[in-house]
Amino acid sequence: MRCDILETPLDLEPLIAAVRGPERGALVTFVGYVRERADDGRLVEGLSYEAHRDLALAEMRAIGAEVAAKFEGALIAISHRTGALGLGEAAVAIAAASAHRAAAFDACEYAIDELKKRVPIWKKEHYLGGGGRWRENE
Amino acid sequence: MKIRIVPFARIREIVGAATLERVIPDGASAAALFEVLAREFPPLAELARSTRFVRGGAFVAADAELRDGDELGLLPPFGGG
Repeated sequence: MRCDILETPLDLEPLIAAVRGPERGALVTFVGYVRERADDGRLVEGLSYEAHRDLALAEMRAIGAEVAAKFEGALIAISHRTGALGLGEAAVAIAAASAHRAAAFDACEYAIDELKKRVPIWKKEHYLGGGGRWRENE
Repeated sequence: MKIRIVPFARIREIVGAATLERVIPDGASAAALFEVLAREFPPLAELARSTRFVRGGAFVAADAELRDGDELGLLPPFGGG
């Protein structure tokens, strides 16, 4: 399974190429972008992400194995960005492919939900006008 | 015994260092080491229950017994995605 943690801008195309194939007729993608407002309404200048690289990649691979077992052999690929990101930049990208669309949608949703819960990556919001805060997932 | 500590994200900012070394009693657990650090850096106290521990590239339980020379990663709650 393809998974990466990158300091450079994310690109969906290699993820799509990694999961598409003659047996998989459905492909779903998800991209998470840096939003201009935090959940509390404050204006954001950018985000920074850091990861425990080895463990994050291992956890992404574990999610990939679970996806295949749960959703009709669906195949996923995940990229997560680290470092400083500006507004509108992609922080995470996922492609999921399966024989039929229901399993592909389910696989993609499962992958992003589990990534947010289990993969050791951290996000700090940097606010317009100064200040910042580490944000935890629910 | 001597433990090398590798704090991440918010924990690293609180302790102000990328790595630390502390000497703690033989047989102490990961949670006990965290308590020692939280006395030194009080803002860590609120992370005592939510921090996860990593040793040798794998998660370990808070009650895992540490060994001399261990390197222990301290991982605050995740925020990826």
